[in-house]
Amino acid sequence: MIERFDPLRGERLRVFDDQGRAAPDIDPGLADAELRALYERMVRARTADAKALKLQRQGRLGTYAPSLGHEATQVGLASALAREDWFFPYFRDLGAYLTLGYPLADYYHFWMGNEAGLRTPDGLNIFPIAIPVASQVPHAVGAAVALKYRKVRAAVVVTFGDGATSEGDFHEALNYAGVWRTPNVFVCVNNQFAISVPRSRQSASPTLAQKAVAYGFPGVQVDGNDVLAVLAATREALAVARDGGGPTLIEAYTYRLGDHTTSDDASRYRSKEEVQAWEGRDPIVRFRRYLERKGLWTDTVEKEVQAAASELVEKAVVEAEARPPATPEDIFAYTYAAMPPDLAAELAELKDALAEGPR
Amino acid sequence: MIMTMVQAITQALAVEMDRDDRVVVLGEDVGRDGGVFRATEGLVDRFGPERVMDTPLAESGAIGVALGMAALGLRPVAEIQFMGFIYPAFNQIISHVARLRNRTRGRFTAPLTIRTPYGAGVKALEHHSESTEALFCHIPGLTVVVPSSPAEAKGLLIASIRSDDPVLFLEPTKLYRAEKEDVPEGAYEVPLRQAAVRREGRDATVVAWGAMAPVARAAAAAAETEGLSLEIVDLRTLSPMDRATVLASVRKTGRAVILHEAPKTCGLGAEIAATIAESALLSLKGPVLRVTAPDIAVPLPKTEDLYYPNAGRVLRAVRRLMEY
Repeated sequence: MIERFDPLRGERLRVFDDQGRAAPDIDPGLADAELRALYERMVRARTADAKALKLQRQGRLGTYAPSLGHEATQVGLASALAREDWFFPYFRDLGAYLTLGYPLADYYHFWMGNEAGLRTPDGLNIFPIAIPVASQVPHAVGAAVALKYRKVRAAVVVTFGDGATSEGDFHEALNYAGVWRTPNVFVCVNNQFAISVPRSRQSASPTLAQKAVAYGFPGVQVDGNDVLAVLAATREALAVARDGGGPTLIEAYTYRLGDHTTSDDASRYRSKEEVQAWEGRDPIVRFRRYLERKGLWTDTVEKEVQAAASELVEKAVVEAEARPPATPEDIFAYTYAAMPPDLAAELAELKDALAEGPR
Repeated sequence: MIMTMVQAITQALAVEMDRDDRVVVLGEDVGRDGGVFRATEGLVDRFGPERVMDTPLAESGAIGVALGMAALGLRPVAEIQFMGFIYPAFNQIISHVARLRNRTRGRFTAPLTIRTPYGAGVKALEHHSESTEALFCHIPGLTVVVPSSPAEAKGLLIASIRSDDPVLFLEPTKLYRAEKEDVPEGAYEVPLRQAAVRREGRDATVVAWGAMAPVARAAAAAAETEGLSLEIVDLRTLSPMDRATVLASVRKTGRAVILHEAPKTCGLGAEIAATIAESALLSLKGPVLRVTAPDIAVPLPKTEDLYYPNAGRVLRAVRRLMEY
């Protein structure tokens, strides 16, 4: 399906429109239970995200990069992964994390300022988020090389923002992937802003998807507020990658409805009207309309989904806040496989100073 | 077998690739060309292009890719063609390679080795003579290793490849083919994090590593003709540093000269001097002196010798110390 939408001709893959009306020839035709699961994941992501913002405002969580508006992209791409696949996220990927089964308490724990929250539970193939922009993209290529080398039939998805496409690491990684035909799916979450700088000031390319052309593999722009479009494109790209067909670049065209982080004030650089227009294309509302047309959404369903999300979120907050703080040993112990004697001496000195207390 | 350092390095790679199929080599020109210094000569014929990977010309990408490979269970050995070209990969090394273990509390690690030739003394082009080890020694989580002889280069490289920590393995370009020695067959490790006392002495300690080790040896030989006995400590692993061996030597001799070919300011000599000041001050009979390159850019070949520390300068420092 991907090849039907040529980014060089400004074509964008979309399954349903703002009113939830589907294009029948593109609709992936998911089972009802699967559709409902997607909706649940999106609501869960939004509820968890809103809670994180609240916790930050109350001083219970640190600087936070909110995901509002990205739910379709995050849930859509993560729902396409198989258990053996790998995910290399950026720092705004809450919905993908939750969809892949990452414990929300861990996620909160990290944003509350604890490295332990970044330790992916065993059995989950999720790399830690990368904060230096685009620096994770080559990691995903290396991971794909390792899978190929070990003859594991799996692929690697990596996410990054529109700003990341200006970084050298983005270009280097895609170039490596093209030359080596690695099993990668690159998902550029184009939310129109890199903090304050708009998409038009990042690149003169009409689309970001078309950058793939220069690296010798397919690129496709999808409606990032259409969960089925993101899911379908990622699923297809993953299947190609796993079968040895090489990488794909997916540009998920969306909009960051919130601030860049809790330290940002987006009203400094964009108009209310613009934000309101995008609120009218809210990915959850759009999908709800789609489900409603299929007879899969009712007030009762909504209540159930919301209640389940709230319960999960409240539990996770309690769990995250109940965790003991890291010890001096914790912050020293993972610097090397075995602690060098001088580092052990620094740790002992710190503990002595702590035991003595402020005098 | 008698061989050069560069041959010993090739042999270390071959031995480890033979033993462990997780070990792969990547870098610019490491395949058919065998590397610009021939350090990977013959490996692609023996192990194939899947294990000896020519990369596109992009250092940050190479190290980032190597990190992803390492995190998923391989043991990549990445070659950066010259230390002067490592800087594009600086972010990958500092932000990710050095801290992956810590930021995932041990779930993911980066057991990769980054090999790169460093240092002046071979009349090379601009940007081909850097010795910026101090930049990397400042980064927690990295291990920085510098061999000074063929046999040790082999053992240290094998230990680096087997290390569960990321290692920056700095190869002294000047010593690649400067001398040959007998290098044991097969696999053996020279332990990381351990300095070596190369020569016992009475009057002063010279701390050196890599291409400065022979300079220290020459200085010691010359000093002997003046009735002075120098002890030489070769650090081998610059970080985490074996401070105990340095301190034990300085406590014995009471005098310390630190020799490095990097510029003086914030060079590793400053760290060693501070270590001595913190822990062996009362053993000192005079100030801790540094013999280093000046705080200037490495000059082009015609004046390179003005830059590079030599035995005479070490001797001057020792003579000065003996006046205290």
